[in-house]
Amino acid sequence: MVDRHKLPMRLWLSGTWITLFVAAALFAPFIAPHDPLAQDLLYTNLPPVWISGSEPGYYFGTDSLGRDVLSRLIYGARIALVVAVIAGGGACLIGSVLGLFAGFFRGWTDVLISRVVDIWMAFPPVLFAILLIAVLGTGLHSVIIAIIVIDWTRFCRVIRAEAMQQSRMEYVESALVVGRGRFGTMLVEVLPNIIPAIGVLLSLEMGIAVIVEAILSFVNLSLSSDDATWGGMIAEGRTVIYHAWWILVFPLVALFLTVLSFSQFGEGLKERFDPVLK
Amino acid sequence: MTEAFLSIENLSARVAAIGTPILRSVSLKVIPGETHGLVGESGAGKSMIGKAIMGLLPRAIEITEGEIWLEGRNLLDMKRGERRRIIGAQTAIIPQDPLTALNPSRRIGPQMTDRLTHILGWAERKAQVRALGLLEEVHIRDPKRVMHSYPHELSGGMRQRVLIAAAFAAEPKLIVADEPTTALDVTVQKQILRLIAELKAHHETSLLFVTHDMGVVAKICQRVSVLFSGRIVEQNEAASIFSNPGHAYTKSLIQATPRYDRPDESLLPVDPAILEALDREIATHDRQQGTADG
Ligand SMILES: Nc1ncnc2c1ncn2[C@@H]1O[C@H](COP(=O)(O)OP(=O)(O)O)[C@@H](O)[C@H]1O
Ligand SMILES: [Mg+2]
Repeated sequence: MVDRHKLPMRLWLSGTWITLFVAAALFAPFIAPHDPLAQDLLYTNLPPVWISGSEPGYYFGTDSLGRDVLSRLIYGARIALVVAVIAGGGACLIGSVLGLFAGFFRGWTDVLISRVVDIWMAFPPVLFAILLIAVLGTGLHSVIIAIIVIDWTRFCRVIRAEAMQQSRMEYVESALVVGRGRFGTMLVEVLPNIIPAIGVLLSLEMGIAVIVEAILSFVNLSLSSDDATWGGMIAEGRTVIYHAWWILVFPLVALFLTVLSFSQFGEGLKERFDPVLK
Repeated sequence: MTEAFLSIENLSARVAAIGTPILRSVSLKVIPGETHGLVGESGAGKSMIGKAIMGLLPRAIEITEGEIWLEGRNLLDMKRGERRRIIGAQTAIIPQDPLTALNPSRRIGPQMTDRLTHILGWAERKAQVRALGLLEEVHIRDPKRVMHSYPHELSGGMRQRVLIAAAFAAEPKLIVADEPTTALDVTVQKQILRLIAELKAHHETSLLFVTHDMGVVAKICQRVSVLFSGRIVEQNEAASIFSNPGHAYTKSLIQATPRYDRPDESLLPVDPAILEALDREIATHDRQQGTADG
C-alpha cells in the first residue's frame, strides 16, 4: 500500500527516459548535430562544452578520432533500440507462445516443451552465446539471434507457470462448457490475463538485450568499432579514461539509465497490474 | 413416477495415480422441476459429482464405473464434442466462488452471452437483450452499466447475481449450484438463496443444490442425498430426513446446522465416534467391492 504513492513515480521516471531513448533512436538523423562516423583529426579528444578547451557545437566533446560523442550516443540508441525490440521481442514471442501452449494444453505438449527448456537451460548462457557467435560470425544479426536463442526459455518458464495457474480458473472451465474450443479458450480466456506478465518480462528482457549487446560490442563480437554503439564507445573510452573521461562516461550513463529504466518500468508494471488481477 | 431428467447410476471415481477413491457407487436422480440437495462435509466429493456431470473432472481423477444419464442418454458414452454441446445447452453451473468464476480481463456482457452465441448460435444482439433481461430478473438496478463493467468493479454479491443470471440465460433444464453462497457475507447469503429459488420456480428448472448446510436444505430442497467420503449414506425426501433421519451421520449434520434465527448459538460438532463408525463402514464396503471385482 505504501507503494501506491511511489508507484507512478517509478513508472513515470523510467517511462520518461525510455521515451527519450526511443525518440533519440527514431529521430537520430534530425537530432544529432554531426555525422556520428565523421572523423576530424584536428578536433580529437575535445572535452564537453562546459569545460575549457572545448569547441562550440561539440556538446559532449569528441573521441580520439575526433568524432562527436553526442551524435554517436544518439546513433548508439538506434542500435540499442533495434536490439531491444527485435531480440527482446523475438525471445518474448517464441518463449511466450511455447509457454502458453505448454501451460494451457499440458499433457505431451507440456512434457515436450518443458524437456527442451530444461536441456536448453543446462547450457551456461555466456558459453552458449560465444559458441553461437563463433558459428554465425560476429555482427549485429548474430548478437540478436544469440539473445533470442538463449533467452526465450526465460519467458517460456514463467509464462507456462502463469498459463497453468490461469487455466485452473473456473471461468476457463466454464468457457469449455459453453462451447468455445480449446484453442479459442486459450486465446480469449487465458492469454489476456497473462499479458501483464508478458509485458513485465518483455521490459526486463529489453534491458537485458541492450546490455548484452553492449557487452558483446565491448568485446568486439557485435558491430565493428567504427559503428556507433554504446558498447563500442565504452570499449574505446576505456583506453583513454585518464585524459578523456567523457568518451567512457556518457555511453556508460546512457546504458545504465536505459537498462535501469527498462527493469524499473517492468517492476512498475508488475506492481501496477498485480492488485487488479490477483 | 416422473422420468428423471438427470440420473447418476453407480458412479465411482478415484485418483488415477494412487487409486484413492473419490466417489463410491453414487446413484442419484433429479426429476424435472425438483430441487435435490446434496449435502456433506467439505471434501466429501460433492463438487466432484457436479464436475463429473459437466465433464470437468480434474485430469488426475478417473471414472472407474457408472453412468450419467441426461434426458435418456448416457453422457459417459458420448464423444467429447457432442457431450459438450448437450451439457452446454441443457445444464449450467452456479459456482461457489464468484471471484474465480468470472474472467477479470473481460467485460461482464460478453461473458454472459458466450453460451447463447456459441452453443445456441444466437446473434450477438439477441443474446445481449436476453442478458439484460436476466440481469433485471436478478434485481440488478443498472444492467447496462453492469454489462460494461469488469468483474473487479462489482461486489461479491453482485458477481454472484451475474453468475446466476448467466446460468439461467440459456434456459437450461438442470442447474448445479455448488455451494453458491459459501463465499458470501451472511446478509447477502439469504438474498442470493431467495433469488435462486425465485428464478428456479419461474424458469421451472431442476436444481442440484450442493451445500454443507442442512438449514439451506430444509428451506429449498424436496429430496436430499447425504454424502460422506464419496458415498451416499442416506437419500430421502427432505421432510422425512428432518423428522426422521435414518443415519446417525445425518442426525449429527442436522444438529450441526447453523440457525439463522439464532446465529450466536454454538454449534455441536459432528461426533467423532460417528465419523469413525462411518469410516469403518466404508472400509468394509471397499473391501467387499474389492473381492467382488477380483
Ligand atoms: N485434482 C485433484 N486430485 C486429487 N484429488 C482431488 C482433486 N481435487 C479434489 N480432490 C479430492 O477429492 C475429494 C472431494 O473433493 P470435493 O468434491 O471438492 O469436495 P467437496 O465435497 O468439499 O466439494 C477431496 O478429498 C479432495 O481432496
Ligand atoms: Mg466443493
